[in-house]
Amino acid sequence: MAISTTHTIGILADNLESRKSVLPIPKDAVTHWADGLNLPRGGETVLYTGQMYQLIPYIEALVTQERKLGDSWLASFSGVGRFVNRFINIAALMGRPSPEERQRYERIPRNVARLLQKVGLEFGILYEEDWYSGALMYDLGEDEVVSAHAAKVYRIFQKYGVKRVITIDPHTTNMLRSVYPKWIPDYQLRVQSYLELLAEYGFTPDHPVGGEVTVHDSCVYARYEHIIDEPRFLLNGVGLAVKEPVHSKSRTWCCGGPAESLFPAKAEAAAKQRVNELAQLSSQGVTMCPICWVNLEKATDGRIHFQDISEWLCAGLAPTE
Amino acid sequence: MATLVNPNLIDQVKQSDAFNAAACMNCGICTAVCPMGIEHLPRELFRYVLLGLEEDLLAHRDAVYSCLLCRLCEVNCPAEVHIAGNVRTLRHYLNQAVFHVKRMPRARKATTG
Repeated sequence: MAISTTHTIGILADNLESRKSVLPIPKDAVTHWADGLNLPRGGETVLYTGQMYQLIPYIEALVTQERKLGDSWLASFSGVGRFVNRFINIAALMGRPSPEERQRYERIPRNVARLLQKVGLEFGILYEEDWYSGALMYDLGEDEVVSAHAAKVYRIFQKYGVKRVITIDPHTTNMLRSVYPKWIPDYQLRVQSYLELLAEYGFTPDHPVGGEVTVHDSCVYARYEHIIDEPRFLLNGVGLAVKEPVHSKSRTWCCGGPAESLFPAKAEAAAKQRVNELAQLSSQGVTMCPICWVNLEKATDGRIHFQDISEWLCAGLAPTE
Repeated sequence: MATLVNPNLIDQVKQSDAFNAAACMNCGICTAVCPMGIEHLPRELFRYVLLGLEEDLLAHRDAVYSCLLCRLCEVNCPAEVHIAGNVRTLRHYLNQAVFHVKRMPRARKATTG
């Protein structure tokens, strides 16, 4: 591998321990999506973003800055980089996304809030205490640092008396539902993806959308959390015909995203292969994970346009003023 | 060149009972379906661990970190090996025992504050 695995994993772990995220972003970037929604802080049911959608434009800004420097967006981090990173948040200095890029991803939690309100669910949010789940470090095998982080996240939920957590992406869903309970005794949270809840509450649109889309299942939703039927039920519910690729449902094909932090070239190749399969079916694609969304969209070459599933569902709602 | 065998490798790698590489019957379906086309993962790597061939494991560490943990191999595995979990366990071992990824003192202090 072209970069120092030691320092890369070390920096990510240091950041998670001391800054509560692998890529610390400004507090405003975490909470900006909720401006004007007047959502209460905390409560028995909370909508929890895990910062996943908000992080993507910052990661992409880093990618743009660092692509010329090496094989990875972390390539410029050497041993010296890790030392400096203890005192200065290097990543935050290196990449700042445009307001337009931020807005593209901030729309998703806003969409989800709107959809949940449509089915009559009452919920709060945790604002700046809506922390990253630690998913990347868990994937990299850094269980000690992630389990310590999980305990801190759980204490936040306890502080607000949270009993039910609504998640908006597969990785946070998996961490909070299937990984944290392994480490935290008497784990009491009920964790559900908003897609499961919308299906459970029988979401119906204000008006049909119509059209044809091809669906890309997230590996984590489909194979880790068995969330397969719900997205299809919801897409059909807004009047969309769903085209299934060869690799679909529990046999879905990875977008390549999980390899990007260490092997971006391999990640891109996997994404192109997936896009080739999806683009044969439709020029409109549906994703349900921010990592899938950004990786597939980068590999399209204009053949297919991907949108997050929440955008498709919100297209069936009456416009707000 | 002599091959060094570390008979304790499997015990060093295992962090829980979840590492079930011994169930692998080396059929190769995992390799055939891998989206990343990783030839050495997972069956050969698991075999290295079981046989104590630490040098061979280290020589193919890129494969360990390239894995997407997508579990396409797992849903196709006839022996129901926890392949993604096993790969994560190998990463944990490599981080700690080989790469010596350690926490920085300031970061450790911050967690207790």
